[in-house]
Amino acid sequence: MSWNFCVLWVGADAMQNDPLILGGTTFTSRLFTGTGKFAANDLIAPMLASSGSQMITVALRRIDISSGADNILDHIPRTVTLLPNTSGARTADEAVRIARIARAAGCGDFIKIEVITDTKYLMPDNWETLKAAETLAREGFVVLPYVLPDLTLAQRLEAAGAAAVMPLGAPIGSNRGLETAELIALLIENCRVPVVVDAGLGRPSHAAAAMEMGADAVLVNTAIATAEDPVAMGRAFALAVEAGRMAYLARMAEESRTARASSPLTGFLNANDP
Amino acid sequence: MKVPKTMSFYDIIERYRDFDFDGFLEQVTPAAVERALQKDKPGDLDFLALLSPRAAGYLEPMARKASQLTVQYFGRTIQLFIPLYIANYCGNQCVYCGFNRTHAIERRKLTLDEIADEARAIARSGMRHILVLTGEAREVTPMDYLEAAMRLLKETFASVAIEMFPMDEPEYRRMKHAGVDGLTLYQEVYDREVYTRVHRAGPKSDYSYRLEAPERGARAGFRAVNIGALIGLGEKRREVFFTGLHARYLDDRYLGTEIGLSLPRINPAEGGYRPPHPAGDRDFVQFLSALRLFLPRCGLTVSTRERAAFRDRLIPLGVTRLSAGSCTGVGGYAFPAQAKAPQFEIADHRGVEQVARAVAAQGYQPVYKDWDLIA
Repeated sequence: MSWNFCVLWVGADAMQNDPLILGGTTFTSRLFTGTGKFAANDLIAPMLASSGSQMITVALRRIDISSGADNILDHIPRTVTLLPNTSGARTADEAVRIARIARAAGCGDFIKIEVITDTKYLMPDNWETLKAAETLAREGFVVLPYVLPDLTLAQRLEAAGAAAVMPLGAPIGSNRGLETAELIALLIENCRVPVVVDAGLGRPSHAAAAMEMGADAVLVNTAIATAEDPVAMGRAFALAVEAGRMAYLARMAEESRTARASSPLTGFLNANDP
Repeated sequence: MKVPKTMSFYDIIERYRDFDFDGFLEQVTPAAVERALQKDKPGDLDFLALLSPRAAGYLEPMARKASQLTVQYFGRTIQLFIPLYIANYCGNQCVYCGFNRTHAIERRKLTLDEIADEARAIARSGMRHILVLTGEAREVTPMDYLEAAMRLLKETFASVAIEMFPMDEPEYRRMKHAGVDGLTLYQEVYDREVYTRVHRAGPKSDYSYRLEAPERGARAGFRAVNIGALIGLGEKRREVFFTGLHARYLDDRYLGTEIGLSLPRINPAEGGYRPPHPAGDRDFVQFLSALRLFLPRCGLTVSTRERAAFRDRLIPLGVTRLSAGSCTGVGGYAFPAQAKAPQFEIADHRGVEQVARAVAAQGYQPVYKDWDLIA
């Protein structure tokens, strides 16, 4: 009983001292969420509460400022950081214009750059994304570019002043998990800015796996929004992200194909060392 | 059939010229349907198996898979839009259409001021996506008029799409520059013999020019292209089959364009046309589900041609877009009494708000705006 308590307490402490800082804002939750695909906008606030997510992305093209109708922004508590995204942009120019509109509309300085010209697989256009990142970082935005995991590009984005890189795990909405794990691992190993795995994470276990690998955060939308119970699924992802992060910090043992004896055969050689 | 990328869609239709559709459809086995149901990427003939009478016995598992795929790719959302007819002059003689040039209906074309009135009236309903329609009469509604109308509507609406006569690529570019982001153009019927029979006169009798129009639109840079066959004119399973193949053909070649489709069923219009191949509700649900299984990311539109209660039931079955509050006569939103003869009879007469409530009641979010052209 007390042992259990002790583990939980140590774990919680490690998490407390492990904030993620992006654009000068401190996040204690490493689960970012999204506003798309929900059966009703009024599910968003309870999902944020249950998941503890402190950053949520919203497509500027979905925001309807002109009408008095249901405005998606009214469903997001002020304590949660808005991450407007440039969904719908097909060129760097369009992304830049959308970002400026978002800032002018009071959505803050964070911007997720999403430039997609391919509606079939929804693959990001890395070149245009880099161009947009260069411009927007110069204009003082906190730039989070959504990219195909490519180390060279990630380094150029860093040099351009991106606050993080957001590689995709699998195509948007595909729920297929970390299909790009090997490439994301290179980013995690080499990037100085945080690596946020975005898109394709279909189950909490996918999110846990990304965090175990050393991702700094994950962004999950479809899997939460389209679950039968998005509020419960938000919580499930939050727990998975926390577990994965804790495992990463606790330095998991490496996986191995062969058995490793818990009492090493050559241990005796050390025992009688003078 | 694996098709080289250089083949035109017309060539693809031609490849099926000697294919024994009736024989194939008759011989589909339960095992073939089950195989098709299990595949992530059903092939052309899997799709045809799903359209077969045999597959009607698998309606429930088909509908379930269709529903799940749609939620995965589109979420629990339904995009709403409203049609606006700005003119009904027409030089064509389509036997099923209320605007047929031989019909002695009152012809009308809205002035730009009248269009502005309609836009204001529609905007009050909350609608932000609009589909603008005309008949085919280039001399009455020339490009300059259409361009001016589109610019005007773009001031009010987040998304402006057109459903008009087929245009050439430079004309589509002009429309795009005027603010149009979507093109809807139905082939009406893929069976060429039937096409010739029901489009008796006028520019529409050119089958190939119409068939290639969606591609010209995609090349001109429209964000969304919507195709379809008017169900009832040709043998229905074959028509749905070619509609699906056409959508896949476009999807494989124009990665930058969202391809959508629709299965409008013929409703009575002026002239009392009786379709030779009507599809029942069970057929309709089977076709919709089969299309979803064949094309998981494809938008599916259901118009107010369908009855209100039936439309509500279709919402979880793969539909992604619904029209609402529609009037199919010219104008009619600002001054309802002045609406002239409809192009077709509407079966769902509910207002925008009522349709939105019905969507929410099915557990889906009615979406008024998901697009803005950042010009």
